[in-house]
Amino acid sequence: MIRKLLLPAVAALGLVFSQGVWSQNIKFAILGPMAFVQGENHWAGAEMARDEINKAGGIAVGGAKRMVEIIKIDTNEIQSVPDATNAIERAISRDKADFLIGGFRSEAVIAMQEVAMDNKKLFMGVGAAAFKLGQNVEQNYERYKYWFRASPTKDIDLAKTLFAVLGSVAEQIRKDLNRPVPKVAIVAEKTAWTEGLIKAAQANLPKMNMEVVGLWQPSAIATDVTAELSAIKRANADIVFTIISGPLGIVLGRQMGELELSAVAWGINVEAQKDGFWQATAGKGNYVSTLDTYAEVETTPKTIPFVRAFKARFNKSPIYTAATYDAIMALKQVIEQTGTIEAEKLIPAIEKSEYVGTGAIATYDNRHDLVWAVGKTSGIAVEWQDGQKVPFWPPGTKGMKPFKLPKH
Amino acid sequence: MFQDILVSGLVNSGVYALLALGFSLIFGVARIVNIAHTAFYMLAAYALYGLLVIAKVPFLLAIPLAVAAVVALSLVCYKLVIEPVRQHESAVLIATIALALIFQESLLVAFGGSFRGIPNAVEGVVSIIGVRVSYQRLIVLVVVAITLVATWYLLNRTRLGLAIRTAANDQEIANLMGIDVSRVAMYTVGISVALAAIAGVVVAPVFVVDPLMWLSPLVTMLAIVVLGGLGSLKGSVIGAFIIGYVEAITVFAVPSGSYLKGAVALTIMIVVLLIRPEGLYGVVFEEER
Repeated sequence: MIRKLLLPAVAALGLVFSQGVWSQNIKFAILGPMAFVQGENHWAGAEMARDEINKAGGIAVGGAKRMVEIIKIDTNEIQSVPDATNAIERAISRDKADFLIGGFRSEAVIAMQEVAMDNKKLFMGVGAAAFKLGQNVEQNYERYKYWFRASPTKDIDLAKTLFAVLGSVAEQIRKDLNRPVPKVAIVAEKTAWTEGLIKAAQANLPKMNMEVVGLWQPSAIATDVTAELSAIKRANADIVFTIISGPLGIVLGRQMGELELSAVAWGINVEAQKDGFWQATAGKGNYVSTLDTYAEVETTPKTIPFVRAFKARFNKSPIYTAATYDAIMALKQVIEQTGTIEAEKLIPAIEKSEYVGTGAIATYDNRHDLVWAVGKTSGIAVEWQDGQKVPFWPPGTKGMKPFKLPKH
Repeated sequence: MFQDILVSGLVNSGVYALLALGFSLIFGVARIVNIAHTAFYMLAAYALYGLLVIAKVPFLLAIPLAVAAVVALSLVCYKLVIEPVRQHESAVLIATIALALIFQESLLVAFGGSFRGIPNAVEGVVSIIGVRVSYQRLIVLVVVAITLVATWYLLNRTRLGLAIRTAANDQEIANLMGIDVSRVAMYTVGISVALAAIAGVVVAPVFVVDPLMWLSPLVTMLAIVVLGGLGSLKGSVIGAFIIGYVEAITVFAVPSGSYLKGAVALTIMIVVLLIRPEGLYGVVFEEER
């Protein structure tokens, strides 16, 4: 008799456990290339958010407090796009993630977006700038509405920031070096994401009273650009406008220093955003400047405390993929506001929300892209000066320092 | 522009020559297609990074230590992985691919995916016919020149060199003449990897060190040895200079297409092969059979 009663009870209990009814944690899958600095920062930002939320008792969902659980998903996306799609499948089917956060390489994130949308999972992108990700939402809202780009802004908006800073750098060159029409050499790695930016630069720079002296497009994995730099030197360029996400950024910075080029490098140079840039260039990367997200400046009231806490905990500065922190915190805000973790109910709430994060003040447009505005979502510009990454733009933000030109 | 091409091409060609010479040597003697050749070049760069930057060993000591460590590792790999399957060319090919991937993943685990920089042995630049060249690049050129001459001397003026050349010409005859072909093959692996390791330690301060750095020169090196003629040492050196200069000319002639320099070099290789299928200095396939 007891046996007859016990067996169904055990089975029912097993069913309850297998359905996860007792598992009250909210699961955030953190997607990134974990062996690389981008993935390390994805994970580090998420750890900070998890610990802060759980220390405060968790996320309030309909009257109950639920703890945050983060799951590390190594997408290996730098080396393999199929690895990335397999990883996100695993996060959804095996790890039963409630939310997907991260991604870095545009090609991989475009593929991962499809998997997330197939499964109707809310995916907060932190790292990829490709326009197509937001365009998908605009063109097929019902399928792609689960995607939001938490960081950075889309590539076209990155261009707006780049040209705004380029204008201020050119102005300083006009003033300090007495060059009425500064000469610009464009150096862009040969990858899909750089094409739009190159066209925009070639079209806009003459209108901004600058002369484009040439376009150099080394391979994204080139180990030597001395030939290109010799040609740039002969063209008497004042500015080397960089559009680079890979190791080419280190090679360029180092070899510009070694060859003592008098031109200043400004643009996107992802490697120059990292603390390790100075070591990687063996101390030759002086005057290399780049678009960035975090520094000890008051982009928002949360920026300085976050950057300091990050440095204290991980002994390095955050890069833009550490905005997984903001993505989790933004989700916390709307979950508590709506009292649910159901994607269908969260989406309209995110669309209407304004979230003051650590790197940006986020509001979304109809593509679920961040609305671009200087000082809100534009990011900042930093320059390497004697081993220190010095923030210099936007000038209105508290904590900015002067931009320096190489010696002539 | 001519001066730029002359100087840039010379530096690139020198590094390629070191890599291609080692690869060609081991293929010529032991018929081993060592895909892991540039992985040993990468290991040497990492060994130098570990010794110089992490362990703070002085430059002049770190370089021979790094080369010796990589050569020792290559001999262990040869004994354990390559020698047991040496008679099966496809197995050797796959085994060396596996070795290269093991090295890559091991470095990824040990050092992460970050890019590393190694300081120059000597700082500063010099102007040569109007082109600025760093002293480190001049060191690369000098080391390459010394290494190439030393390799020529070893192969042409020593008993070991004679044995290596004999084994390269005909292994059966070498056996009949009392040469221990297996041992000669092992020595050749050591010399070949030493050339790759020297290339690794001299260019490490000039390039960026990362766990994927072995892939890019691998394709170029294969193109060079095929262009020069598989197994031909002279062909490898000349092929290296042709490819090095073609790359430099591409960068200067078509700046916006500088990413094409590898493709242009490979096209030159294909054109040469269409005219001379055995490569510039290779053995005609029929004769080889």
